[in-house]
Amino acid sequence: MAVFHLNVNGKRYEVDVDPSTPILWVLRDHLNLVGTKYGCGIAQCGACTIHLGDAAVRSCILPVSQVGTQPITTIEGLSANGDHPLQRAWIEHDVPQCGYCQAGQIMNAAALLKANPHPTDEEIEAAMNGNLCRCGTYTRIKAAIKSVAKR
Amino acid sequence: MTLVKTKYGRRSFIKTTVLASGGMLLGFSWLAGCRPSGQESATEWPDEWFEINGFIKIGDNGLVTIMSPNPEIGQNVKTSMPMIVAEELDVDWKQVVVEQAPLNTEIFTRQLAGGSQSIRQGWHSLRMAGATARQLLRQAAAQAWQVPLEEVKTQAGTLKHTPSGRTAGYGTFAAAAARLPIPEEVPLKDPKDFRIIGTSRKNVDGNKIVTGEPLFGIDYRRDGMLIAMIAHAPAFGMKLESLDAEVARRMPGIVDVFTIKTFADDYERQWCDTAAFNELVAVVGQTTWQVWQAKKALRIKWAPVAELESSSLHRARMRAMASQPAQVLRRDGNPEAMFRKAARIIERTYTAPFLAHNTLEPMNFFAHVTEERAELVGPTQTPEFMEKTLAARLGMPLEKIDIQMTRQGGGFGRRLYGHFMVEAALISKKVQAPVKLIYTREDDMSFGNYRPAYYATYRAALDENNQLLAFHVCAGGIPESPLFPNRFPAGAIDHYLAESWSVDSNISIGAWRAPRSNFIAGAEQAFLDELAEAMGQDPIEFRLALLERAKNDPVGADNDYDPARYAGVLELVRQKSDWGKALPEGIGRGVAAYYCHNSYVAQVVDLRIDAGKPIIENVCCAVDCGLVVNPDAAANMVEGGTVDGIGHALYSELSFRDGAPEQTNFDRYRLIRHSEAPKNIEVHFVDSHEHPTGLGEPPLPPVMGALANAIYRATGQRVYHQPFIKHHPLLG
Ligand code: FES
Ligand code: FES
Repeated sequence: MAVFHLNVNGKRYEVDVDPSTPILWVLRDHLNLVGTKYGCGIAQCGACTIHLGDAAVRSCILPVSQVGTQPITTIEGLSANGDHPLQRAWIEHDVPQCGYCQAGQIMNAAALLKANPHPTDEEIEAAMNGNLCRCGTYTRIKAAIKSVAKR
Repeated sequence: MTLVKTKYGRRSFIKTTVLASGGMLLGFSWLAGCRPSGQESATEWPDEWFEINGFIKIGDNGLVTIMSPNPEIGQNVKTSMPMIVAEELDVDWKQVVVEQAPLNTEIFTRQLAGGSQSIRQGWHSLRMAGATARQLLRQAAAQAWQVPLEEVKTQAGTLKHTPSGRTAGYGTFAAAAARLPIPEEVPLKDPKDFRIIGTSRKNVDGNKIVTGEPLFGIDYRRDGMLIAMIAHAPAFGMKLESLDAEVARRMPGIVDVFTIKTFADDYERQWCDTAAFNELVAVVGQTTWQVWQAKKALRIKWAPVAELESSSLHRARMRAMASQPAQVLRRDGNPEAMFRKAARIIERTYTAPFLAHNTLEPMNFFAHVTEERAELVGPTQTPEFMEKTLAARLGMPLEKIDIQMTRQGGGFGRRLYGHFMVEAALISKKVQAPVKLIYTREDDMSFGNYRPAYYATYRAALDENNQLLAFHVCAGGIPESPLFPNRFPAGAIDHYLAESWSVDSNISIGAWRAPRSNFIAGAEQAFLDELAEAMGQDPIEFRLALLERAKNDPVGADNDYDPARYAGVLELVRQKSDWGKALPEGIGRGVAAYYCHNSYVAQVVDLRIDAGKPIIENVCCAVDCGLVVNPDAAANMVEGGTVDGIGHALYSELSFRDGAPEQTNFDRYRLIRHSEAPKNIEVHFVDSHEHPTGLGEPPLPPVMGALANAIYRATGQRVYHQPFIKHHPLLG
C-alpha cells in the first residue's frame, strides 16, 4: 500500500492503495465516483474513459502510481451542471439505450473535440473506434458529436 | 371514450393503508425517481405523497410519481411504460417523476424483460392504472364540489367543473382520492385523444446517464459492503477438484475464500436457473482490485467430468446429423414426390456459431442476507422467478426475499438466468455482510448461457418453367434447433416440409436476443433471395406473391403470421428505399423481411466493399409494431437491433477448444465498432392503430438476411456462413 495524492475534477484526494491499482477502481471503490465504468479491463471497450490532462485515457489499465500530478477529469466533472455541449447533444439526440457505455463515449468525444473542434466523419469514426456500444447507438452518437462539431 | 371494467382492479391495485397523517413521505433513496430528461422541472418536490394505486403517487402540489414496473435493460420501458399511465391519468408529462418499481407482481403483474412483451402485455394494465387514478381524482373533486361526476373533466393534471368555473390541480384532491374505494369500471381514452402516446419523449434517465450518476447494479454500494468475485471451471465439462487458497487468503484486504454450491443437488431447477458451473470458488474482500488480485493467486485444480467439446467437433456432428432423417414438424402436400419430379433443385446450407451475450455491464449483484431477510439489488430480467429460486436455496419464505431492480447495462437475454443472484446471496450469508458480486469480463464471457450454434439446409424444387413446386427446410443446432415450422413461407407453398434435429452438448445455452429467429431469419431470407433470382423474379415481388397466396388461399391452418401485415412492411420498405432505382457504382442492395415477437420488420441494406471492408451506406427499415408509443425511442430500438444484427452476422463468434471458449474478452471477441456501423439508418413505421407490440428483438433477425443479400449484390458471391467476414473470400 502507498499514499497517492490525486486531483480529480478539481478536488484533491488522498488514497492509500496498492500502487498497481488501476485508476478506474480508485475512482469507483475509493472515491465513490462510479460514472466511469468497467467493461473489459484491457483497454478494448472504452467504457472507463477519463481525461488525464486533456487526453482521453483508458482508466482500467492506468495504475494509480503513474498518474503523478496530472489532473484527472471524469464524467462527473466534465461540466458543472451536466451542460457540456456534448451532454446536451446526447439528450437532444436521445442517444442512450442501456446507457452503460455512454459516459465513456462522451469523455472520448469531448477529448476529440477539444483537440479537433471540426472533425470529419472519418476522424470521428477513427477517434471513437475504441468505444464499444453493445446496444448499437453508434449512428446517434455520431449525429450528436457532429451537431456539436458544427457549432 | 370506452368504458372498461376494472376487472382485476381490486386485486392488482392494492392500496397501502393511508395513515392518519394522510400519506407516505418518500425520501430520496438511491433508487429514487427521475425527472424526465430535457425538461425543466415544473414543480418543486411536494411535502407529502399520496398513493392512489400501486402505480401512481400524487404529491400535494400535483407532482406525479409513476412506477415503472419492468426491468430496464436498454429497451426504454422505463420511459414508455409510464407514458402509457400518464396518458390515461391525463397529466402533463412535465409533472411526472418516474421511479423503478420493486418486485411486486400483485400490483405490477408481469415484471419480466423478455420476448419483447413489456409493452404488448403491459398495455392494458398500464392504461387501467392511469384511468383508475384519474377516475378517483374526478370522484374526489365531484364530492368536494358537490357536482355530478360526469361534469368533472380533466386536462393535463387539472380538474375542471366548467358550469361553476371551478378548477383545481390534481394535488388538491390527491389525499381524498387516495381514500376512495377503487371504482368498478373506468373510462379509457379514445386513441384519437392521445396527447402523450405517439409523441417522442426523452429517456427519463438521460440526465443521470450523461452525468455519470449511480444507476447501474455495478454502481450500487452500501456501508460495510464487501466485494466478491467467483472463479469457475475454465471449460465446460470440468468441475472443481481441489482448492488451495493459502496465498490468496493472506493477501491484503481479503476477508475470506471458500467454495459455494449454487444449486442444491436435489433442487429441481426452474427454466431461469441455467448455470453450467455449479461449484464455484468465492473470494471476498474490501476492494475490487484486491479481490481480483487474490482471485488470480488462487491455486485450483479442475477435473474433467464430461466431454470437452471443440468447435471442429461441433461442425462434424452437425454435418453428420444434417444428412440423416430428422423429425418432421410440418408437411403440406407431398413434397417428396415434387422433389422427385423436379426439373431443378436448389439446395443451400447456412451456419452460425455460438455467440456470447456480452452485455457491456458484466453480471453483478448486491446481496445482504441475514436471519430476517434477504435483500438483493441489481440487474435481473426475471426478478419474479429468481425470487422463488432464492427462497428455495436460502430456505426462506418468499416474503423475506426483497428484490430491487437497478438500471441494467444491457440484457439481450443473459440476465434472464440469475444464478449470479444466488451466488451473491450465498456469499453474503457465509460472510454475514452486505456483498456486491462482480464478474470480470472474462468470467462473464466464459460463464455464459450462449446463443447456440445453428445449421440449416434449404431446398427448393423447380419445374421446367422455373416455377416453385416444393420447399424443404431441415434445421438443427447444438443443442437446440432454430426451426419455426409454421412461419413464412409455410402457408404459401402447396408442398412444404419442415424438419428439425439437435445435437446434445454440455455447453450451456439460453435466450439470446430474438432466440432462434436470430439465425433462421437470415438463412431463410438469404435462401428466398437466391430462389427468387433462380426463378428470374424480383425479390420483393417474389415474396409479395407468396404472401398474396398465403392471404387468399392459405395452405394449412396454423400459419404463424398475418400475410397482410407482412406484405405491408415489404411494400413500405419498397417505397421508402425507392427500390429499383439505379444505384451508384459498387453499391449492392439486399432486402429481407421477418415476423417474430409479434412485430413485422423489413429492411433494405445498401453497402459497398472497400478493400475487403464492408461499408454499410444505408439501412432502410419498415416496421409494423402496431401503435407506436414513443416514436423516437422506438426508432432508437430499431437502429440498435439493426446494428446488432449486422455486427453479429459479420464479425462475432464464440468458438470452443477442449471445452473452453477461445474468446474471453473484447480483444479476441469481435463486436461491431463505430467505423463499421451503418452510416445511416432510416426507420419508418406503418401507420397503425393495432395493439402495440414490442421492438427489442424484431429488428435484429431480418437484417442478417438483408446484409447477406446486399453482400452478394456487391460482390457477386453469396455468403452462407457466419461470421461473414471470415467466410466470404472478398471480405476481411
Ligand atoms: S474497461 Fe477500460 S477499456 Fe474497457
Ligand atoms: S447504450 Fe448500451 S452499451 Fe451503449
